[in-house]
Parts: sequence; C-alpha cells; structure tokens
Amino acid sequence: MRGAGAALGAAGLAAFLALGEAVPRLGLVKEEYLPPTSRIAGALGREAADGAFWTALGDTLTGWALGLALAVGAGVAAGVVISVVPYLREATASTVEFLRPIPSVALIPLAVLLYGTGLRSVLLLVVYASFWQVLVQVLYGARDVDPVAEETARSYGLGAWARVRHVLWPTALPYVMTGVRLAAAVALILAVTAELVIGAPGLGARIAVAQASQAVPEMYALVVVTGLLGLLINVGARAVERRALSWHRSVRGEVAV
Amino acid sequence: MSLVEGRSVDPLLTVSGLRKVYEGAGRRVEAVRDLSFTVGAGEFVCLVGPSGCGKTTLLKCVGGLLRPTAGEVRLGGGPVTAPPPGMAVVFQEYGRSLFPWMRVGRNVELPLRQKGLGGERRRELVADALGSVGLADAADAYPWQLSGGMQQRVAIARALAYEPDVLLMDEPFAAVDAQTRADLEDLVRGLWRERGVTVLFVTHDIDEAVYLGQRVIVLSSSPTVVQEELAVDLPVERDQLHTRVAPRFAELRTRVYEQVQAAKRGAAPVEDAGARTYPPR
Repeated sequence: MRGAGAALGAAGLAAFLALGEAVPRLGLVKEEYLPPTSRIAGALGREAADGAFWTALGDTLTGWALGLALAVGAGVAAGVVISVVPYLREATASTVEFLRPIPSVALIPLAVLLYGTGLRSVLLLVVYASFWQVLVQVLYGARDVDPVAEETARSYGLGAWARVRHVLWPTALPYVMTGVRLAAAVALILAVTAELVIGAPGLGARIAVAQASQAVPEMYALVVVTGLLGLLINVGARAVERRALSWHRSVRGEVAV
Repeated sequence: MSLVEGRSVDPLLTVSGLRKVYEGAGRRVEAVRDLSFTVGAGEFVCLVGPSGCGKTTLLKCVGGLLRPTAGEVRLGGGPVTAPPPGMAVVFQEYGRSLFPWMRVGRNVELPLRQKGLGGERRRELVADALGSVGLADAADAYPWQLSGGMQQRVAIARALAYEPDVLLMDEPFAAVDAQTRADLEDLVRGLWRERGVTVLFVTHDIDEAVYLGQRVIVLSSSPTVVQEELAVDLPVERDQLHTRVAPRFAELRTRVYEQVQAAKRGAAPVEDAGARTYPPR
C-alpha cells in the first residue's frame, strides 16, 4: 500500500512538472512570465553554484531558527506560568485574544522604525507570529491535565515544580509539538516576507532583486527553494514529534493486551 | 482504641467530626455530615456504603487532597492538612493514575525521587515492590502495554515502594474483571499480612469488604455518617474458596447488607444480637 502511494505521488509530481514544461512551450502563457520547468531547473543549478545564494539561504535560515527558538521558549514559559498561577488564565484571556489576530505583517512599519532593515526586524516579525501559535497550544495542553494524575502526584508529595515537570509538561507536550510545527511554518513565511518587503538580507531579498532585474527563471527557482524549505521543515517537525511522543496514543497505535 | 481480634491497638488514623460541604454556583451539597472513626496501627479496615455516599470525598479528606469544612483528620498524632508523607493512595482509575509517558519502573520510582532517596535505595525499593506484586519483569514496559489488572498491580507497587504507614485504597478493583479482582484481593491481603501496613479500603462491594477487612465500617447515604461498625471475626487465614462459603461469612455479609439497605432508606442501624457491633460514636 505504502509503495503504491509513493509511486502515485511521484507520478503526480512528474505530471505536474511536465505540465509546467508544456504550457509555456505550447504558447498557452508567455514564457517571460512562466518559464518552462527545464529553464527553472537550469536557473536553480546556476543559483546552487553561486556563493551569494548560499549566504542568502543561511541568512533566511538564521532568521527562521532564531525567531522560532525565541518564540517557542517564550511561548512555553508564558503558557506554563499562565496555566499554573491561579486566575492568571482568566486575567490574560481577553488580552491574548486581542493581540493574537493582529497580522504580523501589519507590524512591518514598526519593525523598520525600530530596527531598520537588519536581522532584528526579521526576528520581531517572526517571533510575534510564531509566539501565539505556541502559547495557545500550551494553554490548551495544560487544561488537558487529568485530575486523577494531578491528585496522584499531589498525594505522593510532588511539589508545584515537580508537577509541572512530570504531569503538566508531558500532558501538554502533544499540543506543544503541534504548536511548534505550526510555528515553524509560520516563521518561514514571516522570514521570507520580511526579507521581501523590508529588504533584510536573505532569500526574500534575492527574490525581489531577481524580479526587479527581469531574471524570471531565477525568481521562480528561488520560490521553489522556499517551497522545498517549507517541506523539509514540516517533515523534520513531524519526525521530532513522533520521537518525543512515542508513548502517546496518537503515535503508539493499537497495543494488543 | 478499637478492638482487633482480641487485642487493643493504638489508633494511627483518627477521623473526628469530619464534615464536607461543596459550595458552588448557587448550589450547596453536604456530602459528608459528621464522620468519626479510628483506624489502629496495622489494622485492615473496609469502608462500605451505598453508591454516591461520599466515600471518595471522605478518602480525599483523609488523604489530605481535600480540605474538610469542619472536623479533622489526624495521622500518628499530627493533623492532616496536606498529603502526608506516611500515606499512599491507590486510585480506582489506574489507567489515569499511572503516567503513560513513563515506563513502569519510572512510575514506581518517581515518588521516591521526590522523597530524596538515593539511587541505590530507589532501585532496591522499586525491584522489591514490583517483585512482591508479581511484576518483576515489567519495569521496562509502558503501563498501557499491560492489562488492567497488571496496571493496578503497578499502582499498588508504587504505593508499597513509598513505604507508607497507611495505605488508602479507593475502590481499587471496581474496574477489573471478577477473576482478576479475586487475585488482587488475595494479593492485597497477603501484602498487608507480610508488611504490617495499615490499610483503609473503600469499596461498594459488601463481599469484598467482609472478605478483606478485620473491621467493616458501614456508611450511611449522603450526607454521610457512620451507620455501623462491625468486627469481622473470620480466621486470619482466608481464601476465596473456603472463606466465602463459611457460614460465618454469610452471616456477616447479610449483616452488612442489611445495614447498607437500611442506610439507603435512611433508617437507624438494624439490631442483631448475633454480630458484635460498635454503635457510631
């Protein structure tokens, strides 16, 4: 079954690439706007040979990774504190619901005012967008703590910190993992957006330059790279999730008893 | 002081004038009205009562998990205001009480870490406790890989490893099948005799209460008071086959059954000269 699924997936992708080759060649769209697959692949090869491309890729990944790490750290810490301190959840709920829907891109002018076009601008946007994904999941996860598990921990003399570590954290972990996976995707979007709009160094800025200089195949090649990055990030996040949650019923599957 | 098989023992656990009223959202529920009883050191006492009679509320108050509205619980002379170190609880819902993210060995070990015991001592206690419930080989399994009965054995092992003075058991076998239940009853009685731990066992099963306990305390329906206390004068050596068909077992279970029925109706204790009873104090 798995093999057949993979074969079908590969066939679908091949058909899509062939369509990308055929449509501009048949003159259905202008080649200047949509170069055939082979020309995009050629541009991708030239990019890979260019040191500046790798620097840009490194810049984008730096902004993504730093921003994600900050967001996850802050989101987990804030989520645990809000969940553990009595009444804090109720007190913060309305503020969270107000701040969360603000689109990160609306903060671009603020980021430029504060930090200009450097890495810190990218980080501001990435962290703002990813933070809420993690925070909200931690808050949901912490609410899922089983009262029997909590009472067991209390009856065996586990203090507040030990209960956070041994009961709340493992309970919330599946939610946290979902939050991190969502945040990783959002962080990439925001990193590229910031580079594209603000001009901070990275793949986004390189796409803007390619577009401005009419290097259309290169522009497409760079877009393909960002797509591949997103794919790799998602696959990586799922692998981490599976490892960390091997005990969880969503991962462990049916057990014969 | 209470009488146990002819000898008197000092009370280890004293519950006096316990009352619990739940207040919330315009509703006021008096779960426990006025409960007083004692459990002597090394005693095996069963609490039985009609369903919904506040047994779990009582056990949570005794375990220091719930603050009573009035009255107090004392363990070894000191008042219980938080879960005391000398007490371990075995819950009915073993699947939720064991942590699925930890292997069996770690589940048993965690409370010992919190106690600050050294690694050597912890390993000793874990191995000993798992061995005495017949699960010496299961330390590396996850709880959810075991059957229900085995999971409850793990929960019992966790309680034993904690080396409590008092073991509180809240309907521990209500969720396992009948045969497993009989095995677990014998296991708990065996462990009690072996280790001299004091057991307070809450159940709704009259036969189980009479089979296991040295003394049965019958609770009234909610708001709860003590309906009757009854000494179980069966021999110390008990087994599923012979004890349960002994004439004295039948008399005692009938007696308890009558009291539980009376409790449901809200009537006063039924008088019966054949059983040695203690009126509620």
